[in-house]
Amino acid sequence: MVAREGGRDSRKVKGVVRFENVGLRYGMGPEVLKDVTFGIEPNSFQFLTGPSGAGKTTLMRLLFLSLKPTRGLITMFGRDVSSLDPDEVAVIRRRIGIVFQDFRLLDHFTTYENVALPLRVLGKEEASYRAEVTELLHWVGLGDRMHVLPPVLSGGEKQRAAIARALIGRPEFLLADEPTGNVDPTLARRLLRLFVELNRSGTSVLLATHDIALMDQFDARRLVIADGRLYVYD
Amino acid sequence: MSTTETPPLPAPPPPAGTPDKPRPAKLKPKAAPVTPIVPRATVAGRALVAVVAIMTFLAALTIGSVMAVRTTAGAWRSDVTREVTIQIRAGDKAVTDAQVRTAVDLARQTPGIAEAHVLTDTETSRLLEPWLGAGLDYSDLPVPRIVVLRLDPSVPADLARLRRTLTDRIPTAALDDHRTWSRRLGAMAEGVMYVGFGLLALVATATVLSVVFATRAAVATNRSIVEVLHFVGARDGFIAAQFQRHFLKIGTQGGVLGGVAAAALFGALMSLPRFGFEADPENPGILTWLDPGWLGFGGIVAAVVVIALVTALTSRITVYRTLRTIT
Repeated sequence: MVAREGGRDSRKVKGVVRFENVGLRYGMGPEVLKDVTFGIEPNSFQFLTGPSGAGKTTLMRLLFLSLKPTRGLITMFGRDVSSLDPDEVAVIRRRIGIVFQDFRLLDHFTTYENVALPLRVLGKEEASYRAEVTELLHWVGLGDRMHVLPPVLSGGEKQRAAIARALIGRPEFLLADEPTGNVDPTLARRLLRLFVELNRSGTSVLLATHDIALMDQFDARRLVIADGRLYVYD
Repeated sequence: MSTTETPPLPAPPPPAGTPDKPRPAKLKPKAAPVTPIVPRATVAGRALVAVVAIMTFLAALTIGSVMAVRTTAGAWRSDVTREVTIQIRAGDKAVTDAQVRTAVDLARQTPGIAEAHVLTDTETSRLLEPWLGAGLDYSDLPVPRIVVLRLDPSVPADLARLRRTLTDRIPTAALDDHRTWSRRLGAMAEGVMYVGFGLLALVATATVLSVVFATRAAVATNRSIVEVLHFVGARDGFIAAQFQRHFLKIGTQGGVLGGVAAAALFGALMSLPRFGFEADPENPGILTWLDPGWLGFGGIVAAVVVIALVTALTSRITVYRTLRTIT
């Protein structure tokens, strides 16, 4: 593997996501991210890792358009994110699947309704996506848990429900923040395989994790963030 | 990658961007009622129903009272302006009797006067009863004589001419056409209406502010839901519509409760005579005049509709503004 610091790579990167000399600071504080430059290609798989407090969460928030950079350029699917209005942000997010470490399932929705939520916000009729959601729930092993509420689910089941919700809209780019952080090693391997299969079917995947053992199970590009700087190991 | 010991997964979904194609469903769940995105039963929601109900009740009471005052004042004015009176100061009985007869003759000769009626001693004493008490002998008192003239509504009477003729012929006579009373009644009715509009404005402001605070609280309480909706690609309009629907239900429930309560109260007040309090024009009940009429009840219905819509619209605007602070 060859390591290079993102900020020193002047190569023009095209693809799903492109960061160019991105810096971010909160208020008048120090820069949390410094000169971050990298790209995510279509149909690529990468891990994002780094010590706690290094800026991983901030980078993830930039990637799911929850933050705007204080300097530099971010483009997603060819659009400069700084010029997007709220409705355009919503349209871009529909092309991204997000899996949160804390799942973020709606507790008053059943598993089925949680997974169907991205289709519901598109205004689709329930009958039009019922079979699709049901099949996906079976695919992630929640076929017999689709009508229970999240508080009843185990950590692993919640994680799989969150993954199913991220996948139901057939995203072009999947962001997963510590998706194996709450599951045992066996299920973690199974989830990793699920992400790999998804990647093989055409979705770009960025998987943020602290789990070195998990990363060692699959040879993929690694983005390592340390002290606000990003190092890319191709 | 060493994942061979893990159970195999079924085939993954088709790649992004591939066209939709029908998939065989392994299990078709029954169509369940769609769960609202904003949770229905919350303490804040119930409190807001109560607030909206109280506001609607106050607004409906104001509208009904204003309409009742307007209608009653109109009826009183029309009663008052249908009659004029001639007062003749008391003097020597024979002279006064002659003056009364002259006054009646003059009145009857005036076009537009339908009837002239001289109050009898009994009628006069009944008029004085509230001030002097019953059973007194008024014959020694210089009580003025009253001639009540009923106007013909189809022929306008020249009361100015009648007044001049009367004072020329009978210096102790005075014609009272009740214009002062009529003006005072009109001013009072208008005053009550303006006060009512002011109260309505206050109630509307309080309702809007309550809904704004409740909406902000609801968005804050459901912030995690809003964030999830954002992350799955919901537009602000979609999120605002969910809250608007939620608050429209609250506004409608509260509005109907308050409106029905106010209408029932007016209905009860109007029904009082039927339950033993006989309506007596000389001795009316305290609140039996409080009849809003169909216009008033229509106003109450309109208040319910407007408050429900204002609740929904206010929540929508507030959600839009709050969403700008959530990314």
